[in-house]
Amino acid sequence: MQLTVWTYEGPPHVGAMRVATAMEGVHYVLHAPQGDTYADLLFTMIERRDKRPPVTYTTFEARDLGTDTAALFQRTLKDAHDRFRPQAMLVGASCTAELIQDDPAGLAKAANLPVPVIPLELPSYQRKENWGAAETFYQIVRTLAGAVKERPGDEPATRRSGARPTCNILGPTALGFRHRDDVAEITRLLGEIGVDVNVVAPLGASPADIARLGAADFNVVLYPEIAGVAAKWLKRTFGQAFTTVVPIGHGATRDFVAEVRRLAGLPEAEVAVAAKPASNLPWFSRSVDSNYLTGKRVFVFGDATHALAAARVATEEFGFTLVGLGTYSREFARDIRAAAEGYGVEPLISDDYLDIEQAIVAAQPELVLGTQMERHIAKRLGIACAVISAPVHVQDYPARYSPQMGFEGANVLWDTWVRPLVMGLEEHLLGMFRDDFEFHDEAKPSHLGSGARIAAEPHADTAMAAAMAAKGAPADAGDAELISLGWLSEAEAELKKIPFFVRGKARRNTEKFAAERGLSEITVETLYDAKAHYGR
Amino acid sequence: MTVAPAAGCTDRAVLRERGQREVFCGLTGIVWLHRKIQDAFFLVVGSRTCAHLMQSAAGVMIFAEPRFATAVMEERDLAGLADANEELDRAVARLVERRPDIKMLFLVGSCPSEVIKLDLSRAAARLSERYRPDVRVLNYSGSGIETTFTQGEDRCLASLVPELPEAPADAPELLVVGTLADVVEDQFARLFSAMGLEGVRFLPPRKARDLPPVGPSARYLLAQPFLGETARALEERGAGRIAAPFPLGAEGTTLWLQAAADAFGIDPMRFRAATAAAEARAKRALETHRAALCGKSLFFFPDSQLEIPLARMLSRELGMQPTEVGTPYLHRQHLADELALLPDDVRLSEGQDVDRQLDRARAIRPDISVCGLGLANPLEAEGLATKWSIELLFTPIQGYEQAGDLAALFARPLARQTRLRV
Repeated sequence: MQLTVWTYEGPPHVGAMRVATAMEGVHYVLHAPQGDTYADLLFTMIERRDKRPPVTYTTFEARDLGTDTAALFQRTLKDAHDRFRPQAMLVGASCTAELIQDDPAGLAKAANLPVPVIPLELPSYQRKENWGAAETFYQIVRTLAGAVKERPGDEPATRRSGARPTCNILGPTALGFRHRDDVAEITRLLGEIGVDVNVVAPLGASPADIARLGAADFNVVLYPEIAGVAAKWLKRTFGQAFTTVVPIGHGATRDFVAEVRRLAGLPEAEVAVAAKPASNLPWFSRSVDSNYLTGKRVFVFGDATHALAAARVATEEFGFTLVGLGTYSREFARDIRAAAEGYGVEPLISDDYLDIEQAIVAAQPELVLGTQMERHIAKRLGIACAVISAPVHVQDYPARYSPQMGFEGANVLWDTWVRPLVMGLEEHLLGMFRDDFEFHDEAKPSHLGSGARIAAEPHADTAMAAAMAAKGAPADAGDAELISLGWLSEAEAELKKIPFFVRGKARRNTEKFAAERGLSEITVETLYDAKAHYGR
Repeated sequence: MTVAPAAGCTDRAVLRERGQREVFCGLTGIVWLHRKIQDAFFLVVGSRTCAHLMQSAAGVMIFAEPRFATAVMEERDLAGLADANEELDRAVARLVERRPDIKMLFLVGSCPSEVIKLDLSRAAARLSERYRPDVRVLNYSGSGIETTFTQGEDRCLASLVPELPEAPADAPELLVVGTLADVVEDQFARLFSAMGLEGVRFLPPRKARDLPPVGPSARYLLAQPFLGETARALEERGAGRIAAPFPLGAEGTTLWLQAAADAFGIDPMRFRAATAAAEARAKRALETHRAALCGKSLFFFPDSQLEIPLARMLSRELGMQPTEVGTPYLHRQHLADELALLPDDVRLSEGQDVDRQLDRARAIRPDISVCGLGLANPLEAEGLATKWSIELLFTPIQGYEQAGDLAALFARPLARQTRLRV
């Protein structure tokens, strides 16, 4: 058993719901007990959907267990078909139904419905949400994508002359982080290159659309976590190549464009076209006000796709220093490990938020890029933070256009990541006027007006410290309290004059410096010796 | 105050439906119970789905180091039972070590743990042995196959009843049962004391060590309508129930307090003196919302078992017109006083087949539909104003001082509809 408070991913049947809800004309019948309908509100509340997800739950109760839950499943299936008249149905079991072993696949076959019924095997006790979404999409594609294609698609040269190349966009789902706007942005970008979109799936696709997947020349995989398996099958079956670059960030978008041109059999872009950047990020990043961003320490955590993309953007396009890289997507652990090695940081593959919290405390970043969970960790530690990946809360399903992908996505990243940081000039003034009366650890961030920060629940801090101690980490919430270990009072006072957002780093460097040299007390001298030794 | 002779819905037939239910399971009760009992911890033994539910239901509170968690069963745990018990012991040991402030630990059963017949009651007994006297370990089931939403609280309180100390035989005491907001509890304590009822105790208590005594001399008054099991457990200990409608609205609160006063032989004059001012205040507060709500039709989807008392309050005190009142479970005896006060043209339904019920709601097109979060936005998109029901559990609504707030919860969606010009 794993002791869990927070879970980065739901169970796999929630992944299946994300695919079913994204599509049109599909209905999912889920063998599940009363209460599992809680998942509906993720779609209706967090994503603010105006329709119920197309999911019917059998809702078995304790009294049914002795009797025929299988008959209940068949009745529910038939009623759902008669009521909703879908073009295709999905059937499966939630974690509890998996234990009573009713075999939805066999039962659905026996029901002999006039539409395709796709059984889903989703092992709830081993796998999680993204895996469930990937498996569901794969099964749908396998079942519904027509078996034969007129021409193999890997020879664009054989296309009817004059016809534009076409691709499918694979991976966007319901409850996806910014999927709505990513699809719009990438569709527009492909159009500019000269590529038409054949089908977007699962988001907005009907079973009839899935049947047309094979007609495209190649596939664009926006979210490998969800579309990777299906894309590989399409490649095996129809010879459709698929994109490997995820277009998040200015550089990755350019690489993506080059890859698409290659797959579509289009000529290399004119150099002149590339001369004028399509996003504002490069100039914003080169303008002098961004100088202060150089070498800022950033910790990145999220799903593998977004974490890898963010690491590249943070280092190459913002000039940050990467001090941590991790993911909760175990299926992509290898990619993260390889990337982390390239950046010279320790990879973190975990879905236990206490591990992540510990890693953030140890890395002492100035900015955290992560999920909703890291947002809260950062808030508690008083570190700036921006959200780059699911799981996210309702405010990250915004009304305004906010893609992460493409050239407009790069603009969005720029604004989102810079905003939580202290402005450059402010940073310098803080160095000049050390005990700034309006701006110190206790003060609220300047964009929230003046006044004091509201302290976190005291018991939360002690619990947190206890949790850290239990994990063998230093019981230290960032900058919350000084470890009295040998700090003389003058040195402690001097430390407090250092701007708070780099103070934790200074303190740890000084203590490390003292420990390495066997100094039993830390003086003002030690502080400055350490500063000279470590640089900033 | 006299109640009209029993008529209402006392003998009205109830529509009983089975099918898909759009409701929470009993685990959700943990979200408010863990804030109420300040030194209790709730450990759900379940699957990733259970953890995901708790996270979704608790929203942002999950980050305040909440006093609940899920021991997520993995494949190894399903293989053999002995192993599962060892795993559980290990999880509890880690927990107790991490949170030394915990005095009471609830092992909460879920659908998966019930289906594989993991005996959590024996585990609780075993662990209680190990951790006494520091931590008391109890067990109840909050599984969806057995409990709906607020029934989780019922099971939790029922598991507490055997732990209550024995009350002395010669001192009759009043025990108020059901989680109330602290502010409401304090108001009720003051009102009881003003009418001369001293030493009224509440279940659940705010501290695990502060369990109220119970015995044949005790009388109990239900503050919530969903406490069937708890009531049965209290009666096994010899306590007697004081029948009353529930303390919602000015009238409901007066009738509820009055039932207690009568049971303890409080002088009617003293009762009036203690409650008159607050009751008048509540009526004034209700009056401000009356114009907006009078004549508006209501439809209750089943959720918490609060539906019938709410329908009674909204119809009698604000002039609203309940059409269908759905409840997940109807306890005839505990709701007898409520049913008698309901208008006699209401359709009562117990259980749910959500698609059929939605068809009925669409046919009626009520002015306000009271429903869960899975249905609210889809109904709004169809042009039906909704009030999400979960707010009625997370907001102080009982008693005189909250009567106006309760009315405001229903007035707000209608006011919003008239204000918006987009």
